[in-house]
Amino acid sequence: MMLALPILGVGIAAVLASLARPRIASVVGVIAALAALTVYLTQVSSVAEGLIPTAAFGAVPALGIAGGLRLDGLSLVFVLLITGIGALILLFAEGYLADDPKRKRLVAMLLVFMLAMLGAVTADDVIVLFVFWELTSLTSFLLVGYKHEREASRRAALQALLVTGGGGLVLLAGLILLTMAAGTTSLSGIIAAQSAVLADPLASVAMVLIILGCFTKSAQVPFHFWLPNAMAAPTPVSAYLHSATMVKLGVYLLARLNPLYQEEALWQALLSYGGIATALTGVCLAFRETDLKRVLAYTTVTALGTLVMLIGIAPDLSITAAMTFLVVHAFYKAALFMIAGAIDHAAGTRDASQLRGLGQVMPVTALAAGLAAFSMAGLPPFVGFVAKELIYEAKLEMGSAATGLIVAGFLVNAATVAIAVVLSWRLFAGRQLVAPSGAASPPHDPPLSMMVGPVVLACLGLMAGTLPTVLGAVLIDPAVTAVLGRPADVTLKLWHGFNAVLALSAATVTVGIVLYLLWERLVPRLKAVSLLDRFGPSVGYEHWLAATLRLATRTTTTIQHGSLTGYVRTLVLVMAVACLGMLILRGGVAWPEGGASLDARAGLGGLMLIGLGGTVLARTALQAVLAMGLVGFTTALVFLMFGAPDVAFTQFAVETLLVVILTTALMRLPIQGRDGRSRQQKLGDAGVALLCGVAVAAVLAAVLASPFDPRLSVWFGAESLPAAHGRNVVNVILVDFRALDTLGEITVLAIAAFAVVALLRSNRPPAPTAPSPQGPLA
Amino acid sequence: MNPSLILRTSAPLLLWMPLVVSLYVLVRGHNDPGGGFIGGLIAAGGVLFYAIARGPTAARAVLRLSPVALCGLGVLVATASGIPALLTPETPYLTHFWWFPTLGVTLPLGTALVFDLGVYLTVLGMASALFCALVEEAQ
Repeated sequence: MMLALPILGVGIAAVLASLARPRIASVVGVIAALAALTVYLTQVSSVAEGLIPTAAFGAVPALGIAGGLRLDGLSLVFVLLITGIGALILLFAEGYLADDPKRKRLVAMLLVFMLAMLGAVTADDVIVLFVFWELTSLTSFLLVGYKHEREASRRAALQALLVTGGGGLVLLAGLILLTMAAGTTSLSGIIAAQSAVLADPLASVAMVLIILGCFTKSAQVPFHFWLPNAMAAPTPVSAYLHSATMVKLGVYLLARLNPLYQEEALWQALLSYGGIATALTGVCLAFRETDLKRVLAYTTVTALGTLVMLIGIAPDLSITAAMTFLVVHAFYKAALFMIAGAIDHAAGTRDASQLRGLGQVMPVTALAAGLAAFSMAGLPPFVGFVAKELIYEAKLEMGSAATGLIVAGFLVNAATVAIAVVLSWRLFAGRQLVAPSGAASPPHDPPLSMMVGPVVLACLGLMAGTLPTVLGAVLIDPAVTAVLGRPADVTLKLWHGFNAVLALSAATVTVGIVLYLLWERLVPRLKAVSLLDRFGPSVGYEHWLAATLRLATRTTTTIQHGSLTGYVRTLVLVMAVACLGMLILRGGVAWPEGGASLDARAGLGGLMLIGLGGTVLARTALQAVLAMGLVGFTTALVFLMFGAPDVAFTQFAVETLLVVILTTALMRLPIQGRDGRSRQQKLGDAGVALLCGVAVAAVLAAVLASPFDPRLSVWFGAESLPAAHGRNVVNVILVDFRALDTLGEITVLAIAAFAVVALLRSNRPPAPTAPSPQGPLA
Repeated sequence: MNPSLILRTSAPLLLWMPLVVSLYVLVRGHNDPGGGFIGGLIAAGGVLFYAIARGPTAARAVLRLSPVALCGLGVLVATASGIPALLTPETPYLTHFWWFPTLGVTLPLGTALVFDLGVYLTVLGMASALFCALVEEAQ
């Protein structure tokens, strides 16, 4: 029960926030996030001891959905990050958007997103997880497109939605295969049924599908392009979604399913190589940007790649490194994003090449940025150092097999150090350049609401670094236990002694500073490499989107051509082909046995042929309608002669009304009386009609040839009088035995009547108004 | 359409005879050929002839309700005929109930007739709606 409480509470807060005034909405949001954080904090001690709280949620037994929520170590880390950083972000948003009267929409959306994230990471059921997963994509779409008047926002939001949504579909396929193999939708049940899952013939297919889904969500190569473009969102959104929470959801699912797949070679290969490729891509592309937010976005891509790689490589220590780095990255990235927002707010620009020496006018911001950057660069005594050391140690444990990974990781870390220095030293230290234009007043420290977030997060980075054992025992150890599927003994230390890892860290920092000194010259050179702009996956996405729209337009104009005769022709032809196709599949035409003797009733056939001839040879539509009426009446006579009086009765009445109504329609509506088709068209239409007639006749013959099962008619005949007090079996079936079907039929009749009346009314020319006082020529 | 004098004068006969016949067909439907659909079609035939002879406004006046309202009324009546079945828990929706009062002869009365009446009204309303919309004169 406790577990569902924060989710419901945040949901209610979202509704309240959308109804309240803007200021109150932000307050409601912050309070809700803090309340949820408190609820989860109360669970910390029990999870640290290994007691895992569970709750029932969203179970649908009729569909086989087990439902349920579960808070183990991995989920706990995530929910604390989601609610804690969420509270700080909501506070930041109140300050950042202080002059936006519609910001309660943003607050409500952020709360709904928070709800979705909480549900996704605590879900113990595959379907519940998926529903919340898609909800995060949907809210992300609405949040990125918050400034929907701008085309760039709309395009970025659509791109994010299509990429993550497409990945979601692939993920669903993988999850369904997983459920079928394990026999349950419960995540803990699936992980427990590991042998059954891995023995399934489609096991690797399911695994690859799930990996693809997670890769799109966590912006791995080649799906990374949506993340920098999503920076069109307002900064609070970028800080929350695209650094600390939503993009980590893919990493979460990979970690969650790690106990299942961690021994599989394909899993290890895909994750480690995909991860390191993403990290390298992120860092190379980050060096081409000067927009602060885009730099941060690309470094987020790098961090996500590192996380994925760490989950993939074999040693247990890598999972510890991954969990630690997860927390570390959330702290410093959210802080840096908020600082970028503060700079944008104060100085009016986010271009790093234009901003220098801001520390003189924004001292508190500079301090927070410095602390966060130290953590990002992995310097002691910050918790970033602990994480980086763990990463190197894990890789070194792999031995010579990991040489490529170590070298690549080294380069990635060095580049990250360089960017960290750019984001702190270059922006804030030194003398101030000419004051950038575009700001309302000279740059200054932002208001308190915008300062709390970065300062708190930066200080947390420092505190966790100086007291790593607390962090290790309380948070990281249960998380690693959950990810490995077996108890782990995790101890985080700040100082490991002089060893190869320390040497690597020192070398990283040195190379990083060298890269920083080259930054100013590297950026324009790298930007000039237009090859990356012309052939990247982003361009591929644009081409695919344009091609899809072209295909849709062409299909619609072909199918919806507006010609009524064309529609009828298509319908009739498809029906004929379907009937014939079915007959061919069933093995040919069957002919009923036992010819009947030719008696007077055969004359009806002759009458029908006369009607048919009249219809085909008629010169005007009126003649054709009357001839068709003859065919209809003959059909009614056939029914009568062969013992179906009710049907005959109905057919007589319907045919009469049909002829009257069609004739009236022909006289009132502007339908051309004469047949205007060319000889070729007539032959074509005759062919289609003939084909349809032959097909239906063949189907009827096949039906007659198969043995008749009289059970239903016998039962109805026997029950009609005693149970339903009626001797007319047909009517009794319509009104009593199958009354619900009849109710549906008359509803359809009523709807048809409404539709016809509406169409005819809308087609009528407007009634002429009273003549104008100036006379008819005015 | 300018109907002849003969047609205009004999219009009431063209209306009322089919209506009476349709009611007869409706009521006899349970034991002999007939029923709600056929009754409705025959009544609609009468209304259509009246509309040809005297015009659609006159036909609508005869019906009292607008034709689409008649459709709706028919569906409502048919749906309502199944509601008594919901009052007893063991009978599902649209189970019909019967009473056999004796007033000289034993009359079989049941909710099935109410259902058939709903069908009758719907069919009558639909055909009248179609026709009156087609012959609407722009006034």
